[in-house]
Amino acid sequence: MKDSKSLHNKVAKIIQEIPRSGIRDFFDIVSTREDVISLGIGEPDFITPWRIRDAAYRSLDYGKTSYTSNMGSISLRNEVSKYVNSRTNVLYNPEDEILITVGVSEGLDLAIRSFIEPGDEVLYHEPSYVSYNPIIKFAHGVPVAIDTKKENNFKITREQLDKLKTKKTKLLLLNYPNNPTGSTLSKSEVEIIADFAISNNIIVITDEIYSDLTYDQNHFSIISVPEMRERTIYLHGLSKAWAMTGWRVGFAAGPKLFIESMMKIHQYTMLCAPVMCQEAAKEALKNGDVDLQRMKAEYNQRRNFIKSSLKEMNISFIEPTGAFYIFIDISKFGLSSKEFSIKLLEQKNVAVVPGTAFGDAGEGFIRCSYATSLEEIKKAMVKLKEFIKSFK
Amino acid sequence: MSELINLLRKNGNETPENIAKILNKSLEDVKNEINELEQKGVIKAYQAIINEEMLDQSLVTTVIEVKVIPEHEGGFDRIAQRISKYSEVESLFLMSGTFDLLVFIKGKTMHEAAKFVSEKLATMSGVTSTATHFMMKTYKLNGIEMYSGDKDERLKISP
Repeated sequence: MKDSKSLHNKVAKIIQEIPRSGIRDFFDIVSTREDVISLGIGEPDFITPWRIRDAAYRSLDYGKTSYTSNMGSISLRNEVSKYVNSRTNVLYNPEDEILITVGVSEGLDLAIRSFIEPGDEVLYHEPSYVSYNPIIKFAHGVPVAIDTKKENNFKITREQLDKLKTKKTKLLLLNYPNNPTGSTLSKSEVEIIADFAISNNIIVITDEIYSDLTYDQNHFSIISVPEMRERTIYLHGLSKAWAMTGWRVGFAAGPKLFIESMMKIHQYTMLCAPVMCQEAAKEALKNGDVDLQRMKAEYNQRRNFIKSSLKEMNISFIEPTGAFYIFIDISKFGLSSKEFSIKLLEQKNVAVVPGTAFGDAGEGFIRCSYATSLEEIKKAMVKLKEFIKSFK
Repeated sequence: MSELINLLRKNGNETPENIAKILNKSLEDVKNEINELEQKGVIKAYQAIINEEMLDQSLVTTVIEVKVIPEHEGGFDRIAQRISKYSEVESLFLMSGTFDLLVFIKGKTMHEAAKFVSEKLATMSGVTSTATHFMMKTYKLNGIEMYSGDKDERLKISP
């Protein structure tokens, strides 16, 4: 026994101290049950469009099985450059300002490790995607959560930024359109954040993986604000818009110095993203807009359906303007978000994710994903209606 | 209007209540639009898509390419209408290319189909030749895959 304890202590403290993800706990409960209707899935229900899968088959046919450049194949970087320019009007040189990563997750890790020295503080907003906080800690940085509020539609405010900023603040991490809240920022809201970053000389890392999935107005990226290109790392990928989660292809765009720094880590730890996945990604960016628009139109119909159903039930929610999530306010039912989610699962076999899986600021909310077929969503709404009746 | 039509194309059984929610419209508007489409004849009918192979007595589908001499007045229309009056005929199209009409017929046996072609179709005045094909298997019909075993293999909960 003594031995096993001494071995246990060999594991780095920083790893020991990071708790299991809350979503993992909930997953364990859900996976004990059968025929669950799940609104708890954070990835598209669509299969990757055929033209993209076909491009991967062909690449194997042509014998493309080797490493690519550490930066990613230049033909893919060219497509990324064109794509980013078409969405943001900002131009990145495919030679040295774009890096192909293994998903945005890797890009985020590289970006944070490129800047953080022990004790540096990173501002990020909660509720947030589950990996931000641990990735900062792995890099020996200090995560500083901005607890975004219901009354602000879970958007960051300038007051919060000014209050939490210290001399050690080096990075600001943004994720809009947001997982889990479905919230997005308007141009003027982005400009306020940009002004904070510029006047305090803070570097911004912006995770814009959901930027093609906005429904009421086009996404506005912080890199489009003057003077922001030089201090921002823009992260994006193919997973969500093109239903390519399993392919693990993302990209980072930024000034040469930043991309080169990320590249140093990437070349020694990852080498390059898989070549056939890069070929598939190229096809998606080149010819996949029609697929993207088709899937987005369907998400929008489901979004409308859930919104109307919730309104009928008199349940309030954060206006879902982006991604494929709707953050539902369940505080009036007198249960914590975890209790609510477990009861809903036990009584109606419907799975949602408690807001607190994304940080304490998510208390009082549940996250429902509409990246699930309309038929499943219809069933889930009927069950939810039955479920809330038991509270009256 | 076209979004509504596309929804009904996919699922003719969709209720007006659901359509209103999906398209973010009022129930009354949706009912009126559907009513108008039906009145005008844009929507002709609502039918079920059947996987014939699963029936005990499945029907045989035959596809016949037909060459005809168009009439002086009426062109292809009159002869096409005459052919479509037969209850065996399920679909009928005017085509460009090496033949003129493409006829889909459904019958209980191949024999029945062959009889229809030789006795009714080939002998019709204006018809100059026919080529008959029997349909062997349906993989996809009206956008629906008959043998799709696609299962949702995603993790039930993910961040």
